[in-house]
Amino acid sequence: MSFNNLDTLYRQVIMDHYKNPRNKGTLNEGLTLEMNNPTCGDRIQLHFIIEGEVVIDAKFEGEGCSISLASASMMTQVVKGKSVEEALKLSQYFSNMMLGKETDSDDLELGDIEALQGVQKFPARIKCATLAWKAMEKAIDQEDEM
Amino acid sequence: MTPLDVKQDFPILTQTVNNHPLVYLDSAATAQKPQMVIDAIETYYKYDNANVHRGVHTLGQRATDAYEGARETVQQFINAPHSKEIIFTRGTTQAINIVARSYSEKFIQPGDEIVLTPMEHHSNLLPWQQVAKRTGALLKFIPLEKDGTLSETAVKQTITDKTKLVAITHVSNVLGTINPIKEITTYAHEMGAVVLVDGAQAVPHMKVDVQALDCDFYAFSGHKMCGPTGIGVLYGKKQWLNQMDPVEYGGEMIDFVELTDATWKELPWKFEGGTPIIAGAVGLQAAIKYLENIGLDKITAHEKMLTDYAMEQLKQLDGVDIYGPTERCGLITFNLKDVHPHDTATVLDSYGVAVRAGHHCCQPLMKWLNVTATARASFYLYNTIEDVDRFIDGLKQAKEFFGDVF
Repeated sequence: MSFNNLDTLYRQVIMDHYKNPRNKGTLNEGLTLEMNNPTCGDRIQLHFIIEGEVVIDAKFEGEGCSISLASASMMTQVVKGKSVEEALKLSQYFSNMMLGKETDSDDLELGDIEALQGVQKFPARIKCATLAWKAMEKAIDQEDEM
Repeated sequence: MTPLDVKQDFPILTQTVNNHPLVYLDSAATAQKPQMVIDAIETYYKYDNANVHRGVHTLGQRATDAYEGARETVQQFINAPHSKEIIFTRGTTQAINIVARSYSEKFIQPGDEIVLTPMEHHSNLLPWQQVAKRTGALLKFIPLEKDGTLSETAVKQTITDKTKLVAITHVSNVLGTINPIKEITTYAHEMGAVVLVDGAQAVPHMKVDVQALDCDFYAFSGHKMCGPTGIGVLYGKKQWLNQMDPVEYGGEMIDFVELTDATWKELPWKFEGGTPIIAGAVGLQAAIKYLENIGLDKITAHEKMLTDYAMEQLKQLDGVDIYGPTERCGLITFNLKDVHPHDTATVLDSYGVAVRAGHHCCQPLMKWLNVTATARASFYLYNTIEDVDRFIDGLKQAKEFFGDVF
């Protein structure tokens, strides 16, 4: 048996983020947002500091599968230091990628998130990959309302 | 014993998934359907379909006979005293909700206690949370032993003369625990409480006799026992059902209707408002006949053989946590060390092996087990020793795949 099919999903870079998550932890200031995937029990807690429309810092804690935690790690890594507008554009890009839509990356700095492209071939796992991004969008929403 | 050899009766099981012959180990979520059940539903729609209990035409009579015939089949299957004590519902969830609504409204007072267990499926927990909120009753939980069973002491300490109702699962969909329902109903009745049993995971796998259990209510679903989705059963003792009011009002369930008031039919129809699930009942009847032709005892023995074999194989793998007691129904809930159950399930799926991963609609039980999620393999009459071998091979692949990474 070969691992080819699985390798599409679990590329080395994903497993690296799972094993050595970036930005794992909490922040004492800023905003905190918790989100879960009720169908499977995955849970993520996101901590964001947004100042002057820029994501100054981002951390996460959570329990979940390799895909959801790797995605959270990649997301925090890529949006840190970006403007809110760019962060939302990245989220849109990621969402389109999961849906298999061809999208122009529009000069966006994608970091490692393209490694998750393979998830689109595993429809049951798309929700795992998008959990952190949805939490991020909601956090920015909340910041807007404050 | 000779293992059952019935896979060929199930068309869906002959396909390949991800280039491997399908091994379906998720029957605790829903069971596959034999050709006989699919044919019965098709025949009903092709030749007999009409609305029931109305009109005088031939098809109307045939449909009514089919629907009421199915009720009698169910009655005999669970040995209920009367067919009018069999109410067709959408499934276990609706059956439990009918009792939670209707029985509670009549009989539960503020300060009364409702006794449950921490191993209940959400469908036998949330309705009672709502009853407690509406009526001011209190929820109490029989604490579990370390292996996920209920001790006689715990049962007797939790059920008291304040208990009005005990709602308990017959078989846990996570732990596989088979609860001592007969002993619990005997004690609950001594304390003056009624007992509702969630039989969703029991009826498909073992002979259930509601008179022997002496429970007051028993709920189960068709789709977990080779029948179609959308049909289930509420059995209730007529002494209770007669006193309970309908939950849904409308067509079909009425007796006389005036502009400002109405009366309704007697049992069981007063609980079956609207056009009933006729084809579903026909499919459920076919499923019961299919299971009875094979024999429930043989099915129980076959599943035990598969479960024992799978347990033996699992114990030979390193780093497998298994949840639940030694004496169990035909399912195994487990986790591989350092591998999230979703990832385990994805690897298995890539080898054509379908298992469940998640919280199994039992979030409080996951908390009790101190895990966020687990994987579960559940067996049914169509599974084989080869299926278990494929499952174990898949787990070895998962360990190897993730082991390389860590």
